[in-house]
Formats: sequence, C-alpha cells, structure tokens
Amino acid sequence: MSRRPAIEDLLREAAPQVLGAVVRRFGDFADSEDAVQEAMLEAARSWPARGTPDNPVGWLIHVASRRMTDRMRSEGARRRREELAAAQEPPEAEPAPGHDDSLVLMFMCCHPQLTPASAIALTLRAVGGLTTGEIAAAFMVPESTMAQRISRAKQAIKGSDVPFAMPGRREWAERLRSVLHVLYLIFNEGYVTSGGSELARGELSAEAIRLTRAVRTALPGDPEVAGLLALMLLTEARRPARTGERGELIPLEEQDRALWNRDLIVEGTELITEAVARGAVGEYQVQAAIAAVHDRAARVEDTDWREIVAWYDLLERMTDNPMVALSRAIAVAMVDGPEAGLRLLEELDEPLAGHHRLHAVRAHLLERAGRGDEAVGEYETAAARTTSVPEQHYLTTQAARLNDRRG
Amino acid sequence: MKFMLIQNYESTETTNEPLTKWAPEDAKAHIDFQIRLNEELSERGELVEAQALTGPELAKIVVHDGEGTPVVTDGPFPEAKELLAGYRIVDVESPERAVEIAAETSAAPGPNGVPLRQRIEVREIMGTPGSDA
Repeated sequence: MSRRPAIEDLLREAAPQVLGAVVRRFGDFADSEDAVQEAMLEAARSWPARGTPDNPVGWLIHVASRRMTDRMRSEGARRRREELAAAQEPPEAEPAPGHDDSLVLMFMCCHPQLTPASAIALTLRAVGGLTTGEIAAAFMVPESTMAQRISRAKQAIKGSDVPFAMPGRREWAERLRSVLHVLYLIFNEGYVTSGGSELARGELSAEAIRLTRAVRTALPGDPEVAGLLALMLLTEARRPARTGERGELIPLEEQDRALWNRDLIVEGTELITEAVARGAVGEYQVQAAIAAVHDRAARVEDTDWREIVAWYDLLERMTDNPMVALSRAIAVAMVDGPEAGLRLLEELDEPLAGHHRLHAVRAHLLERAGRGDEAVGEYETAAARTTSVPEQHYLTTQAARLNDRRG
Repeated sequence: MKFMLIQNYESTETTNEPLTKWAPEDAKAHIDFQIRLNEELSERGELVEAQALTGPELAKIVVHDGEGTPVVTDGPFPEAKELLAGYRIVDVESPERAVEIAAETSAAPGPNGVPLRQRIEVREIMGTPGSDA
C-alpha cells in the first residue's frame, strides 16, 4: 500500500461525503461511485507529492464530477440525453453534512436484496472509502473478482430502483437491521477469520467500528446502534489476548486479562449501560451486555455467571437461534454444574446436528464432569467438523491430551 | 465461504480417452467450455483461482526420512488416476452454490458433445468459524 496513513484516513473519512455530493448532482449511483473511486486513487497518487489541498472534500468532488462529465461526453447520444436530464436536478452548492450521507449510502449499500458478500464489499468501498485492491486483499480473492462483485452489486441496486434517500417509516426498521447486520458481519470477518494477515483482519474490524460510529453519530438515539457499537468495542478489547504468538486460539477463560484494552472496555460499558437503561432492549444490546459482564471480571473466577444466564434467558426469548441456546447451556453449566449444562444440550441435538460447536461444548462439559472417556470422542468429532484452522488445532490438542491421559 | 472443486485423472463415466485422442472439434469445445466457465465465475465475483496441473508424466513423488538422500520416484505411476489434475477455488454464498458449480463442471462436453459426468470433489477451505451469538 503506497498511501501514507494520514492521507488514507483523510480519504476514507471524506468518501461518503464526496460520493453523496456527486450522486445528488448526477443521479447515477453506480457511475458516481466509480468516479469517486477514481478521484480517490488520483488523490492517493498526487497528494503525497503535491501536498494535500486546503479543501480535500471539495477537491475530490471537483475531480469526481469532472470524471462524470468526461464520461457523459464520451458516451452515446441516447445515454447523454438521460444523463443531462439527471444533471438538471438542482445542483448542491455545498455538500450536505457528511454523517447524513454516510447513513443514506449505508442504507443503499446494505439493501436487503443484495447478498451479504456483495453488501459488505460495496459498503467498504462506497462508504468506507477502501480501494478494490484493499478489499480484495482482506477477503483473499483476486482484485478482478472483487471488482466484479462490486459492479454486480451496483447493477442490482440500479435494477431495484432504490432511491438515493432515507428509507420511509414503514421499511425503516428492516432496512436498519440490514445495515447493522452487514456491519456486524464485517466486524466478525475481521475478528474470527483465521486466514490472511493479522493486519488485514484487524483493519476490517477497525473499519466496522469506524462505520458503526458514523451510524451512531447519525442516529444517536437508537439503542440497538449503540448496542452494536458496544458489542464491537467490548469484543475488540480482548483481541490482544485471544491468540497466542503463532495465531493459536486462547479461550476466554485462559486469556491474560491484563492484555485487554481498558479504554475500549470503559467506552463499551458506558455505551451499553446507557442504552439498556432506555428500555427497548434488542439482540445486539443483550450480546453487548454479556460481553460487558465478561470484560469487567478481573479474573475468570470473578465472572458473574448468574447475570450472564439472565441475559441469555432474555436473548432466547428474542430469537430462535439454537446457537444462543448453546451459549446459554455453557453459562448454566457454570452456575449449576456441568451435568445441568449437558442436559440442556440434549435438546440441541436436532437443530444443531453435526455442528462442531455442539460437540466442542459437550466435550468440554463432559470433561469437567469427570467423564473424560466420553469427552475424547466429542473433541474428535468437533475437530473433524470445524472449518477453522486454529479451532481445529485447539480441539485436536484437547483430544490428544485426554487420549494421552487415558494411556 | 471458499470451496476447492477438485478433478482427478480417473476416467469418467462416458470416456477414458485423454483429450488428445478426441476429435479436434470436441477437444476445442471442451477447452472453450472451461475458459467460458472461468469467465462466468469471474464475472459473478466468485472465482478465486483456477489451475490445471502438468500431467502424471512430469510428476515426482518424494519420500525422505530426514537423513541421507531423499527417494525421488518419477512418474507416471500406476495409481495415476488418483492424481490431482486441476482445481478451481470459488468464493460463494452457500455450500449449495458450490455444488451447483461442481455440477456444471462435471457436465463439461466430452466426445460428440456428450456431457463427461466427471467426478468433482467439493471441499470447503478452512477459514471462517462462522458468526454465532
């Protein structure tokens, strides 16, 4: 990456504001987005040598608009008539406040009609201001493949006639849910995935946090937005402790808590405390509340498992996701003992059939219950079924350790 | 999620002749099919990598005990049919989509344009543990 970090940050911050202004002037989202990407690449090339202009956003809008005009000139007459009609919309003298555009763009890029992978790629480029190459590197696919994915996503938006505006009241909740889900997926991709460099991974999570902050600035009163941001911060806080020197997974109960990021924990805890106090508790808030309980325990034995069980009780009433029931079983086992947890797992045999996490949790609880012989097989099954290398290493090591003990 | 779609050298249900022994127009149709499939996957934003390997004649098998000289055996080998011929890596939304691509690959045109019904092994690449609550 040849961009210097300061310029890179500046460009990423400016991206949604610039794109918002260009779309409002020319109407065509797909072409405007390409023009803004080109303007940003030009900035990344010329600013380091010539210096950053006094008004970077204005510079970028100007260059992107020139690209749009060039494009219109070089295209056919029919096309030109269409574009001119669009350009006759009253042009904005000043770009609208940046955070509004971030949110409008986010709603477009996370349209429920797009597949998650397309929405993620488009959001990172159009709202996050990342280059196609950077996004391709983060997801370990060729740049040409990522470019096609973004281009197809834009065509899908074009085909669905989504207006460049905030969604109406009727669809608001569903559309916001899509936005939050995409942001959650971007964060998760950066947090749990083992492939790629740690740097690229961490950057994805940082982007997700930055974009969620932008949504929060635009919607300061929405408790689920606050909940998602808190969840990200409280999870991100543990990143330094969650992997060993060679990338091996360190489970929560074995992490060196001195490595956790205090500032993120304080900020996340404040956010979630305030959000929950407002009532209207949603799923992200509950997950953040659970993360906060873990994060405030100085030692693993200080964890308030009863409070965690209570939060999972609430979460279970909101969702039929069997993974929630699985997590709740772990918490119950911490309060009432491993046999109580094992009994809860029996109900999950059907909904989570063959899922490696069910076997991993059962193995863990069997071992704690002193049933090591039964635990081995469960560890082995879990290791055979996981799709993550660090997890497989961890589970294999557990099985080998128990087998060794049996002699 | 990423999958590797693997093809071996074994004969298919419809032919055991290598491509070099097919009618030229059939061989061309087969090669065009492979190129078109790659283009199509790339346009859909799904293609990560497509590679063909050199044939069993150029293959070597190496065995070493950590000391002394490694034992190197030159191909072809009696078990050549089990050797990897080529693979595609695709990044798709679902396992079902990977199977769909594998099915398309399996039906590549053979002699007289008859679908080859080649065996395609579908293997998920280790990566994301998947999001959970």
